[in-house]
Amino acid sequence: MTATATPAPPDEQTGDEALPIRRTPTRKRLVPYWLLLPGILWLVVFFAAPLVYQASTSLQTGSLEEGFKVTWHFATYWDALAEYWPQFVRSVGYAAIATVLCLLLGYPLAYLIAFKAGRWRNLVMILVIAPFFTSFLIRTLAWKTILADGGPVVGALNALHLLDVTSALGITEGHRVLATPLAVVCGLTYNFLPFMVLPLYTSLERIDPRLHEAAGDLYARPATTFRRVTFPLSMPGVVAGTLLTFIPAAGDYINAELLGSTDQKMIGNVIQSQFLRVLDYPTAAALSFILMAAILAMVTIYIRKSGTEDLV
Amino acid sequence: MAATDTPAKDPAATTATAPAPRRTSGKGLRWLRRNLVTLAGLATLAYLVLPNVVVMVFSFNKPNGRFNYQWTRFSTDAWTDPCGVADMCGSLGLSLEIAVWATVGATVLGTMIAFALARYRFRARAAVNTLIFLPMAMPEVVMAASLATLFLNMGIQFGFWTILIAHIMFCLSFVVTAVKARVMSMDPRLEQAAQDLYATPVQTFLRVTLPIAAPGIAAGALLSFALSFDDFIITNFNAGSTVTFPMFVWGSAQRGTPVQINVIGTAMFLVAVLCVFAGQLAGNRRKRSKRS
Repeated sequence: MTATATPAPPDEQTGDEALPIRRTPTRKRLVPYWLLLPGILWLVVFFAAPLVYQASTSLQTGSLEEGFKVTWHFATYWDALAEYWPQFVRSVGYAAIATVLCLLLGYPLAYLIAFKAGRWRNLVMILVIAPFFTSFLIRTLAWKTILADGGPVVGALNALHLLDVTSALGITEGHRVLATPLAVVCGLTYNFLPFMVLPLYTSLERIDPRLHEAAGDLYARPATTFRRVTFPLSMPGVVAGTLLTFIPAAGDYINAELLGSTDQKMIGNVIQSQFLRVLDYPTAAALSFILMAAILAMVTIYIRKSGTEDLV
Repeated sequence: MAATDTPAKDPAATTATAPAPRRTSGKGLRWLRRNLVTLAGLATLAYLVLPNVVVMVFSFNKPNGRFNYQWTRFSTDAWTDPCGVADMCGSLGLSLEIAVWATVGATVLGTMIAFALARYRFRARAAVNTLIFLPMAMPEVVMAASLATLFLNMGIQFGFWTILIAHIMFCLSFVVTAVKARVMSMDPRLEQAAQDLYATPVQTFLRVTLPIAAPGIAAGALLSFALSFDDFIITNFNAGSTVTFPMFVWGSAQRGTPVQINVIGTAMFLVAVLCVFAGQLAGNRRKRSKRS
């Protein structure tokens, strides 16, 4: 801070940035653009341009040997939809169920951290965040152990005859949980739960506890307080959490691969195998475009309906 | 929360005079009802932590055969020889290296964008905001496939660099979001005050702006490190034959899972918990020293 001790005229200092800002309005106007340039360029080249590239790939025909050419072959879309619509429906279904489960499970936990944990808050927070730093593939593999055929979960469900009920509903098959829809949804719910808890916690924490007291003073029962005060105020967190859960869950293929069987394949599995194994790039591109369009459409409608556009 | 519970309880007590028998019989039930949220929250917490416990316990297993899914007997073999599996520690090192560089790249680029967005009004601001938001709102598999298509068409060799490019790309948005939130909430008058005291823009930035923005930048950096280190989907499409640690784990799910994977998982969990604890201790101390 030697320079500030003597209020020397700034012009004498070397370097453009040392010039007083007010005297160089044009340069100041350019500052944000220089700040943006490298990062935005990165996103344009490696995020936006590839999407455009993929759009053109989805309209190509050809083979690996002869090369691919753009032939405006829109039929790829129809063929892909006709062949893989069950996987699309399944992806959306599983993701939706996992999102609802995440909300039901995550809300009490977020509430607990925000209002009831007290001096345990930090510890609980660590236990929510720490899984982020442990390889999630390893944790998903751990579910194989937990849900294993002879394992405790299957044993308990069998003892309660719950597996008969779930089998009748088509959620499980026979007397096992692994390689059934139940296992995949369980894995999805588990993997994306932190993405639900954190935004919920952020919006719950912003609520002034005095509002709860005020509601209590006005003779609102706890349930009424929750329904009329807490929940509406936590809506931004609910919207953010459901989006952060649903979108990655719909595109996920890890849970379906590790915890499911061929009957639980989701659209991510199809894209992955078309791209990396079958090497049918046009079909893979068309499938990812349909998935992207479907999700963008659903998200737009959802954000409109829930009326929190300040999210974006 | 005791203070808010009591006024809420009062009306319940006065209105509940009619069904008197319930009050005497359901003491446990009432306790259960009052603590239902806490219990549900703790149950969710258990659900979140359970796999970590399983990973930890099974790092002391001596499995029969190639897969470590069933408990056989206790052994510390894997802990004494964590790198005893071919290629595992190599992939771990590669993942760490990529995560470090991806964090550096994404944090620098992201912080610059965040400052531009938080501090300046300019045309194309809405477009930039959308471009930042989209990668977070896009399923990973779509980004992964489209970037790989680009690399394929350009004839770029898959490997370290393509992974790094991809990781910086998807970590960027998260850094921007974290830093922007912090910079937006900071009082611009602090910088004006510094300028009034004849600080040069560089001094103002280094002495005032950067220290205030630091927690946001640190959060963004930490998040991108975790995201990059753990990423499987985008890496799987853009790695070619290069194997990062998540890809090693993925492959081992087909070929056979060595116990050492659980050792690494446990070690990562412990290191993460220690880091967060240390960070919070540092934060608390700073708060306390500020108060005194």
